[in-house]
Amino acid sequence: MSALTHFRTPLLQTPFHARTSAANTLNRWGPWGGYMTALCFGDADMEYTAIRNGASVYDLCPMVKYRITGRDAAAYLNRLTLRNAAKLSVGGVHYTAWTDDAGKIMDDGTLFRHGPEDYLICCQERHLPWLLASSTGFEVHVEEVTEAIAALSLQGPCSASVLEAAGFDVQGLKPFRMATYPFEGGEITISRTGFTGDLGYELWLTPDQALPFWDHLFAAGAPWGIRPIGSDALDLARIEAGFIITNMDFIPVHQALREDRARSPFELGLGWMIDWEKGHFTGRRALLAEKAKGSDWALIGIDIPGNISAEGAILYHGKKVEAGVVTAAAWSPALKANLAIAQVQAKYAAAQDLWVEIYAMRELQYAKLMLPVTLTERPFFNPARKRATPPGRV
Amino acid sequence: MPTPFSERGLDVLVIGGGVNGLACATRLAQKGRKVVLLEAAATTGGGAGEREFAPQYRAPALAHLTQGLDDRLVAAMDLQRHGLSFHAPLVTTVLSGDFAPLAVTAGKTSGHDAQGWAELHGKLSAFARVLAPFRQMRPLRLAGETRYFELAKRGLGIRSLGKADFREFLRMVLIDVYDVAEDELSDARLKALLCFDATLGAWLGPRSPNSLILYLDRLARGASPLLPKGGMAALAGAMSRAAEAAGVEIRCNASVERLLIEGDQAVGVRLQGGEALRARLVVSAINPRTTFQKLVGAADLDAGFAQKIDHIRSRGAAAKLHLALSAAPNFRGADLQSRLVIAPSAAAIERSFNAVKYGEVPAEPVMEVLLPTAFEQGLAPSGHHILSAIVQFAPHAPKAGLEAARAEMLERSLAVLEAQAPGLRASVLHAEMLMPQDIEARFGMVGGNWHHGELAVEQMLFNRPTFAAAQYAAPLPGLWLAGAGSHPGGGINGAAGWNAAEAILQAKARTTAKEGALA
Amino acid sequence: MSYDAVIIGAGHNGLVTAGYLARAGLKVCVVEKNDWVGGAAVSRELFPGFTYSNCSYVSSLFRPEIMRDLELPKYGLQILPYEGGAVFQEGGGYLGMYRDHDANRREFARHSKRDAEAYDIYARDILRFCRFIRPMLMRTPPDPSSFRPRDLSELMWLGREMGTLSEEMRARMVQFWTMSISDFLDEYFESPIIKGYLAVSAIIGTALGPMSPGSAYVLLHHYMGDVDGNVGAWGFARGGMGSITRALTASLKDQGGEVRVGHGVEKVLVQGGRATGVVLSNGDEIRAKRVISNMDVKRTFLKHVDEAELPDDFVKRVKAFKIRGSSGKLNIALDAAPVFPALPEGAPNIKGDLHFTDSIEKMERGYDDWKNGQFSRDPFQDVMIPTMIDPTMTPPGKHFMSCFVQYAPPKIAGRDWTDADRDAFRDTCLNQIEAYSPGFKDRVLHVEVRTPRELEAEVGLTEGNIFQGELTFDQLLFNRPVPGYAQYRSPIKDLWMCGSSTHPGGGVMGAPGRNAAAEVLRDAGVKGGMRDAYTVL
Repeated sequence: MSALTHFRTPLLQTPFHARTSAANTLNRWGPWGGYMTALCFGDADMEYTAIRNGASVYDLCPMVKYRITGRDAAAYLNRLTLRNAAKLSVGGVHYTAWTDDAGKIMDDGTLFRHGPEDYLICCQERHLPWLLASSTGFEVHVEEVTEAIAALSLQGPCSASVLEAAGFDVQGLKPFRMATYPFEGGEITISRTGFTGDLGYELWLTPDQALPFWDHLFAAGAPWGIRPIGSDALDLARIEAGFIITNMDFIPVHQALREDRARSPFELGLGWMIDWEKGHFTGRRALLAEKAKGSDWALIGIDIPGNISAEGAILYHGKKVEAGVVTAAAWSPALKANLAIAQVQAKYAAAQDLWVEIYAMRELQYAKLMLPVTLTERPFFNPARKRATPPGRV
Repeated sequence: MPTPFSERGLDVLVIGGGVNGLACATRLAQKGRKVVLLEAAATTGGGAGEREFAPQYRAPALAHLTQGLDDRLVAAMDLQRHGLSFHAPLVTTVLSGDFAPLAVTAGKTSGHDAQGWAELHGKLSAFARVLAPFRQMRPLRLAGETRYFELAKRGLGIRSLGKADFREFLRMVLIDVYDVAEDELSDARLKALLCFDATLGAWLGPRSPNSLILYLDRLARGASPLLPKGGMAALAGAMSRAAEAAGVEIRCNASVERLLIEGDQAVGVRLQGGEALRARLVVSAINPRTTFQKLVGAADLDAGFAQKIDHIRSRGAAAKLHLALSAAPNFRGADLQSRLVIAPSAAAIERSFNAVKYGEVPAEPVMEVLLPTAFEQGLAPSGHHILSAIVQFAPHAPKAGLEAARAEMLERSLAVLEAQAPGLRASVLHAEMLMPQDIEARFGMVGGNWHHGELAVEQMLFNRPTFAAAQYAAPLPGLWLAGAGSHPGGGINGAAGWNAAEAILQAKARTTAKEGALA
Repeated sequence: MSYDAVIIGAGHNGLVTAGYLARAGLKVCVVEKNDWVGGAAVSRELFPGFTYSNCSYVSSLFRPEIMRDLELPKYGLQILPYEGGAVFQEGGGYLGMYRDHDANRREFARHSKRDAEAYDIYARDILRFCRFIRPMLMRTPPDPSSFRPRDLSELMWLGREMGTLSEEMRARMVQFWTMSISDFLDEYFESPIIKGYLAVSAIIGTALGPMSPGSAYVLLHHYMGDVDGNVGAWGFARGGMGSITRALTASLKDQGGEVRVGHGVEKVLVQGGRATGVVLSNGDEIRAKRVISNMDVKRTFLKHVDEAELPDDFVKRVKAFKIRGSSGKLNIALDAAPVFPALPEGAPNIKGDLHFTDSIEKMERGYDDWKNGQFSRDPFQDVMIPTMIDPTMTPPGKHFMSCFVQYAPPKIAGRDWTDADRDAFRDTCLNQIEAYSPGFKDRVLHVEVRTPRELEAEVGLTEGNIFQGELTFDQLLFNRPVPGYAQYRSPIKDLWMCGSSTHPGGGVMGAPGRNAAAEVLRDAGVKGGMRDAYTVL
């Protein structure tokens, strides 16, 4: 920690900064969790194309990471999260979420099981007080390890080929599994996970491995056109995949100033995660009651006529009654569809008569559109190559 | 599983045989429930008991007086028939520095400020009267409240004070007692008494806002302190007999180790030794923090709730002193058959509180002294006396460590007593000083706080012991709370236990009505 | 000559009231005992070339609606947000504050990783309370003992506001309003210095310690303001706090209002139970249809109104009104910027508030001294150097330093302050700063020391209480200043109150002045140029 001089570096640089800054020809940076993150390195369209066509690399370091160890680690995580952490086998990863007592989502994230009593939570927001408060009565140790881990996301149909070329045999690595590989006298972890809905891997390193590994990976990936990507391209890919992001598609309850903004797992389409049989977990009683009584909100995927993005648009029922709001939207190059994710009042979630009102600014004039909405299952983009094991070689 | 569940078809298990546990168990049994009450100690009573602290010298275990039992249970338990009777309401004698001892009985006293005291007492008693009914009902809900009639009645009760007094009530309800004493009284002894009684058993000083309401709550319990004939143990005995007469089975030496939970429902308890008991409901009349942290355990609670339980403030600031005396003390001629309050001034009470904020022992503690041997025979060898005193304020987490703090507390208390009763020290044969930590160890009162959670405005009503458990029902189905940690608090009164029983019966009635409607 | 209203005291609230009345077409005159306007919001040259904000020294609470209604920016008012801040620890450590969220989190994490993250949750809760209370600031408190339609509808409005919160949040808010800041902070934080820093806003200006129940509300009182929408932020008025009252005065005069300085009010004239004007100390009589007092309630009714004109119970309540001063002030001209060796080179912390009290216990012990009739031996100081941001107040390179000191009692062990007491108080404060900034005392060119005695004598604040009355529940909302008289009216017809003794209380907020003006205009049946308070979305 750069003691005492925080004012000089309000945004920290990740361990990959020497490489990402060299590659960032546009110098377009944004803040993410206290770090500088590249929004775009040079051309967002080409970066997106790398995700769907070749191999792309995204700097994941700012993701917040907590390590949970100890005899009660599995029991602790079962009480904390919605899914059953005890059922997650060592070497496995699952997407999960956790709520407060009222069953309102605090965050979602991925849970990695490194050992019988050793887990890693990787998420968007900070939760140390909650994780520590939840540890009372359990024999666990909770530690924030964000700065101790460097991570990259390697995504794209050629990502397995790139890793093979780099000397990592990922042929047997199934989705949501991870394995360790030797690297320059040390070890790295590769998990078959990602946020693009495509074939892809996440690579977990120590900060001192960051630069040598980057160089090694980019040298190996050159034949596949490997390139670093920024958040703009990733955002498009994640919308195609139908993934939600904390503080974009929902407000985490522990940050919500307005109590009514908080959402339950049911309201975010995450009800499937809940393991009702594993025993008690925080929010269970509230969620049981909600299940019985019904939810107020729903998260839906929609397709909109035309190609004008509906970002931030208001949804109406019968063109009149306000029904919800679009939280993410984009024209999908992969699907040739005009996609959006929206929060709507539950009573309209399955309604036929949903409309979206788009205000499209074109050369300083708004074109106002009222367009009918087609409900569409998420993930919107769901290619077989994402799941194939062994992964496709290109 | 250690032993098979007994197949007794029990309705209710009540944990804890203190006043509230006994009250709750009795009420439920009277309404036809099959109830077993489990008490960890060898006798019931909890803080109301008697103990031989030195060979041949018996003193009140903890509480030595009551400000009055809840009138509902006195009537319904027919305690008189079961042997409970009281000495005449106690006179309080205030010993303030060099001032002459002053006797006070409720609103009556003598001296130049007698009129001022009577007026203030009248006003505060009127406030206490309109607050008293709130003690006898489930805490008010802040949303979805359906007891319209009851609440309208309570509201009108407050409004019936009249416009001027209603305004006074709203002004004074959260005020500090020190300023009231300064504004309304001129006799230093009466100021000291008012401040002493408001802060007795609390973790705040008289200059703390929200301290007057504690005095109002005391008045709402009763106008004068009462001493049961036969001591506090006799009170517990009478209540136990009444409970048994109502059909409650009392099991002493039955320490509950763990709550049994099946399918997110409390279904019974496991005792130390392994015996398991099942019942349709479990009622805990012991400390709420102990209930949730030790008996239930974090794994079966939501994390936010568990954190709130952790946040219950339960700092005890009263120590208990027991002395065996070889001769009757002479408190400057004060009537020994009275409650003696030793407090030099309102400011001195505040000063003695200052110390405990930092975990220190006050230089000059204030105290409530009772000589049980002035009322009863047989507590000590003939001619000898027992002195029982609540000494304030005592640190619940002394920086100097428990042993050093206890020794210091004893020394300073004896110095205070000696100053008011010259020669007393020389007659001390045995001394026992119970610091808040000792009280916690002996009576299970977390932090040594005798209300099982500070009785403070932010921990009253719908926030007692914490919001999500304030209606006596715990968030774990099948578990209820009935102890002093719940509304309206402790003080050998029984209202919490009785209210809990009523809440359980009403909930049952509501479910039955619903089931009936469905059928 | 006769006015529609004469306002006693040209402090910010008096000027706000006058400004609104003048804009509504009333003929108003403000009278001020001092030779200058401003009350406790003044900029004064007490050392050649140096402008002192010698009373209030920072701004946040001043309602933006008022700045806009009275066009204060047009008359020169500029509020500058300030940067950073630091609490120094014995032994060379410190806790810094930064405007950047992440820099601040990492700084807090040096002291506790958990607390650094807990701060966001704490801030969320405080902001939730702020959102609830802000709409109440610019409304006249209802009288709960009244059955008048207006009071009932106002009570119903309050109920509806409550209705926007969950039941648990309501219960939580009741806790927050009644508990001590020390207990409240314990629920979020573990680090003594972080708690010590955050507790500051709960004690400033009050006769409570951080362990006193009710102190958490006082914190809210300091957090519910904003600097241009940045809720809870504080700033400087460019040119010192006097810029606020100067702009108010200029705005008032442009609307035809008059301000007379140099002679205070001797007596409020009452005829037939109605106030008809005032007599000044020079014997001048000013007649007016109504008299509006910006003085505190004790000063107004116990010193300038014939007691025989007042009901006994009112007099009794006013006499018992709690207005104990708890703070003092050192205003210092510095030859050069002080150096705090603990801070790294170029650190912005010095552009904010500097404290030397690194735990709640130290603060509370300071309060124990106050209760004992002494100034704190190890006082809490809120030290600011406005000239780090505002270049207009001193010659270049020189600085003005404002030290707000707590606790200082209105009387020393029951007797009045002496000059020797004042000097001892000064030395205690200067030595404390010197301990963290060696060489500081050598840079001092001039010190103005203001104990509660000076505050009362010059500004007219009874017992030196900066809020014109303590902020405990018995003196808030419908209880402020006196139950039954919380709607800016007094027992005497046409005698009104508009000072900080009235709801919502002290600080350079202007809300009491605006609310009083609203009541006066309502009573007079005049529609004023008063916009609605801003909606909290």
